[in-house]
Amino acid sequence: MIADYSPTPGVSKKNPALVIKGVSKSFGGLKAVDVQHLEIESGVITALIGPNGAGKTTFFNLLTAFDSIDSGSIELFGKDIVGVASHNLAKRGMVRTFQLTKALSKMSVIDNLKLGALHQSGENFFKSLFAPIWSSQEREIESRADELLDRFNLSHMRDEFAGTMSGGQRKLLEMARALMTDPQILMLDEPMAGVNPALTQSLLGHVKSLRDEGRTVIFVEHNMDVVRDISDWVVVMAEGAIIAEGTPDHIRSNQVVINAYLGVHHDRELSQDV
Amino acid sequence: MDWGFIFERTFSTMIGPEVVIYALAALGLNIHFGYTGLLNFGHVAFMASGAYGLGVSVYYFHWNFWIGLGMAMVYSVVLALILGIPTLRLRADYLGLVTIAASETIRITVRSRVMKPITGGAEGISEFSKPFYDLSPFELGKFYNFGPFRYLGRDLWVLVVGWTILILLTLMVQQVMRAPWGRALRAIREDEDAARSLGKNAYSFKIQSLLFGGAIGAVAGVVQVVQKGSIQADGFNPTITFTIWMILIIGGPARPWSPIAGSMIYWSLIIFVENVLRQLSPQTRETLENTIKLSDINIGQMRYIIVGLGLLLLARYRPQGIFGSREEMALDDR
Repeated sequence: MIADYSPTPGVSKKNPALVIKGVSKSFGGLKAVDVQHLEIESGVITALIGPNGAGKTTFFNLLTAFDSIDSGSIELFGKDIVGVASHNLAKRGMVRTFQLTKALSKMSVIDNLKLGALHQSGENFFKSLFAPIWSSQEREIESRADELLDRFNLSHMRDEFAGTMSGGQRKLLEMARALMTDPQILMLDEPMAGVNPALTQSLLGHVKSLRDEGRTVIFVEHNMDVVRDISDWVVVMAEGAIIAEGTPDHIRSNQVVINAYLGVHHDRELSQDV
Repeated sequence: MDWGFIFERTFSTMIGPEVVIYALAALGLNIHFGYTGLLNFGHVAFMASGAYGLGVSVYYFHWNFWIGLGMAMVYSVVLALILGIPTLRLRADYLGLVTIAASETIRITVRSRVMKPITGGAEGISEFSKPFYDLSPFELGKFYNFGPFRYLGRDLWVLVVGWTILILLTLMVQQVMRAPWGRALRAIREDEDAARSLGKNAYSFKIQSLLFGGAIGAVAGVVQVVQKGSIQADGFNPTITFTIWMILIIGGPARPWSPIAGSMIYWSLIIFVENVLRQLSPQTRETLENTIKLSDINIGQMRYIIVGLGLLLLARYRPQGIFGSREEMALDDR
């Protein structure tokens, strides 16, 4: 059980999906990320929290190769992935979403999803010229996409341009699209940001269902209620470093976190903006 | 005013060599800009690469015409790689800067005296296209009439081959853009990072797009110089690039048939306006000459002014082009 691990920063896990050692990144004189040791347990939901400017998104970018690390090592299922291009990480089972949702506006919703499927033979220029080569795979991809649309309650938007969707629908679309790659690890950058409360509940349900399918979920979040609700393990960042990790209950009572993150007003009820 | 003549000229232009050449060029640019979002402001360089791939092979290396056609493709591939490899990892604007500079660099280099033995310098290259015209089933010097159209046999042969190539390539573009390959390109146009996060090698797709569109641009260049019978370095100036852009915008980007429609509209408008201006009654001409200094010499410029005005109106009332969709266009604002 995840709850049995000692709530100390850098504690080692039994089945880590990701092992991060000595990863650092500076922008000019500013050290944005400096993580000594962190292991992400597979098959659970890990929340990455921290105050604004803590380096959470930069850390995410480093893990997904959207930015390059200055030093250190990152292992994905025991294999070093430093220097592996971002698109190849998706092929190795790690896929991410973005804080500012990236719906492909001028493409239909179904095309957005179909894009996500990996290893499409029709993506080869020469094979794309001959429809019979890729059309059966295309049908298989389309039926998978339709299943996901159904699961995320987006079927009614199927043939609309993705650009016509609301903010919350775009978050759902991005999650569904990421699932088209059939990932082992999903990295969600603020999946609830800008989503209305009604949709938040359904989004939370979807995130939990990802874990129940055996996938590893890592997400960045500001909203403490959300973190408490769905995460199995919480990692706290401040000023680029990991200052605490533990179960949501541990984190709530951790004095270091309270000081660094919750500030002097921590005795008030926690809500949207901390 | 001889309306019969005006319409004969206009209709003949509508499916004439100019339309074929510019539609081909715009088809290539459509792959770059329309489907992939690559800002290629030096498309004329690809036309030049095709033209000189053919010309240099025949003139300098004394290879035959057909090998020259193969070399036209090789040159366009080399050019696409030189332009793409250093810039496509960077933001979109860099390709724009490099392409516009490269197209001028190429023009100025090939017309220089140093390059004269190889490229013919400012005088250019001629007499390379005989093997093509030898195959013509039409008498080269004879005029052929059918319906409102009237062409020299030589041009008719270019048209038959040109239109065949143009339609085949358009169908090919339509096919690949319907396929997952085209879907990946459109995704990269919409958001490169999203495409990368989903396992698409954006860099590789952009290079492929540049190669494919560039090769079609080279085909346009080849058709142009074969039709003219000569290669002139100064013919490959930036104005050509922007005419191609205009044609693409008129037709509407990211639609397979819009280059053909755009090219037809652009050229028939130019020819129509020119002929109407030339045939105005002597009194009207005199008034125009006295007021806005419209002489025989600057009628050529005047037609661009009028067509430019038409383009402004298009941009105001139909910004999506002929084939584009307004709803799709509106998504940009969200």
